[in-house]
Amino acid sequence: MEGVQAMSIKGKAYVMGAYEHPTRDAPDKTTAQLHAESAKGALEDAGLSFDDVDAYFCAGDAPGFGAMSMVDYMGLRNVRHTDTTETGGSSYLVHLNHACQAIAAGKVNVALITLAGRPRNGGGRPGGPGGGGGKPGALSDGAPEAGFENIYGGSTHNTYGMCAMRHMYEYGTTSEQLAWIKVAASHHAQWNEHAFLKNVVTVEDVVNSRMIADPLHLLDCCVVTDGGGAVIVTSPEVARSLNRPKVKVLGAAEAPKMPLGGQELDLTYCGAVWTGPPTFAEAGVTHADIKYASIYDSFTITVLMTLEDLGFCKKGEGGRFVADGNLISGVGKLPFNTDGGGLCNNHPTNRGGITKIIETVRQLRGEAHPKVQVPNCDIALAHGTGGSLGVRHAAATVIMEREA
Amino acid sequence: MSETTDLMTRPIPAPAVTLETKPFFDAAAEGRFLIKRCTACGKAHWYPRSMCPYCHSDATVWEESPGTATIYTYSVMWRSPTGPYAIGYVTLDEGPAMMTNFVDVAPDALKIGMKVKVKFQPTEGGPPVPVFVPA
Repeated sequence: MEGVQAMSIKGKAYVMGAYEHPTRDAPDKTTAQLHAESAKGALEDAGLSFDDVDAYFCAGDAPGFGAMSMVDYMGLRNVRHTDTTETGGSSYLVHLNHACQAIAAGKVNVALITLAGRPRNGGGRPGGPGGGGGKPGALSDGAPEAGFENIYGGSTHNTYGMCAMRHMYEYGTTSEQLAWIKVAASHHAQWNEHAFLKNVVTVEDVVNSRMIADPLHLLDCCVVTDGGGAVIVTSPEVARSLNRPKVKVLGAAEAPKMPLGGQELDLTYCGAVWTGPPTFAEAGVTHADIKYASIYDSFTITVLMTLEDLGFCKKGEGGRFVADGNLISGVGKLPFNTDGGGLCNNHPTNRGGITKIIETVRQLRGEAHPKVQVPNCDIALAHGTGGSLGVRHAAATVIMEREA
Repeated sequence: MSETTDLMTRPIPAPAVTLETKPFFDAAAEGRFLIKRCTACGKAHWYPRSMCPYCHSDATVWEESPGTATIYTYSVMWRSPTGPYAIGYVTLDEGPAMMTNFVDVAPDALKIGMKVKVKFQPTEGGPPVPVFVPA
């Protein structure tokens, strides 16, 4: 098949560093430490540094939240690709294959794959409770940041609240401007028969709703819903054989963002600063080409920061950009989340990523509700934010096109 | 509002202590606030690690800090069964920012840029943890 030949990994990637940790019994080291020491050994073997790594792969033996805890712990500041595929002992060969694919696609240049654990010392088992066996007073071998974060009552509400508070402090963003994001979502949700919240709200409704976590009000928050979703991605050959409008992926990028030791903590921007430019470059389009955008909307502030960081407006001008209905389909310049988004329609199992793809596909097919369908919607963008903007998160951007 | 509400104390669960962070919590039990500094590149970091997250040297050492800091951001959590509490980040005078709670302060007295100092708060069955109060 032509597609398979075109994207073969053959000759496209090399294994240039390898290191087996000398320990066979580690009573005095954490699992995170063994991951980091192994990484250091492999990088030194290759003659590379941690700053050269732009892709990180780990499986269930890595403590913490997916790849994010280890990326943060190791200070991997240039990672733009992560993969936490978990298939037990074969994970690392799966990772090698995935790393080759990412390199062959030109997405990354240096991939780091790590494994570590301490079964002789009661360390965390993959998928287990993270060590200590749950015994009071026992040492943990879980997420290295846990003892310095989980104790402070952090939730999505107040960690995003901290971002909004700092954004207001630095840029003069107001609660009324944030409210416009919810207002726009509600204008769209009124036409969605499945939307969890179908009522149209005003700026006053939002700013007068109950304060949840300063400065975020109840109506600045997304809905909590059960549910699900799925998408199908095919080769060009299969796409041509199917009797559905063809939605072509033009470009995509991903990036985690971490506190990284705290010296450069800045909660006013998100990983979209790193996913936007490569996605637009790969797609070969500009912001003016984007007719519709699905923007992750766990909270109103998530949308505002993402729009700025993707470059739809200058940094700090997000408040003015979203005001006065600029995100409402048929009214403003950038129709967003025309299904009502996470703020009004659906945020199944507290993860809004797949619904962002789904509404983008509806818009590109011309199958959105007629009241919110963007005319001639040929190019659209979807963006996801996972984890917490206020602690550590991963951003992902995709640009898609309706193929005539 | 009750006094508890004004001062935003909240029950804090026992922190997860690891081999790498036990010296921190042992010192905390004695009322001493330690941070980690790398002797290779000179930078302090937070949370404490054995390997420097900046230059990746393992020559990191514990250093006693006066625990003086500036509020970088905060959020008062009103939706809480145990009463409102404030989470935030402070920038330590040594450079790193750290997540924390603010106590012994009224919610409306908190401000970004406010000078604060460390205080150790008891936890439920574990060592005390650093929170911050107005300096």
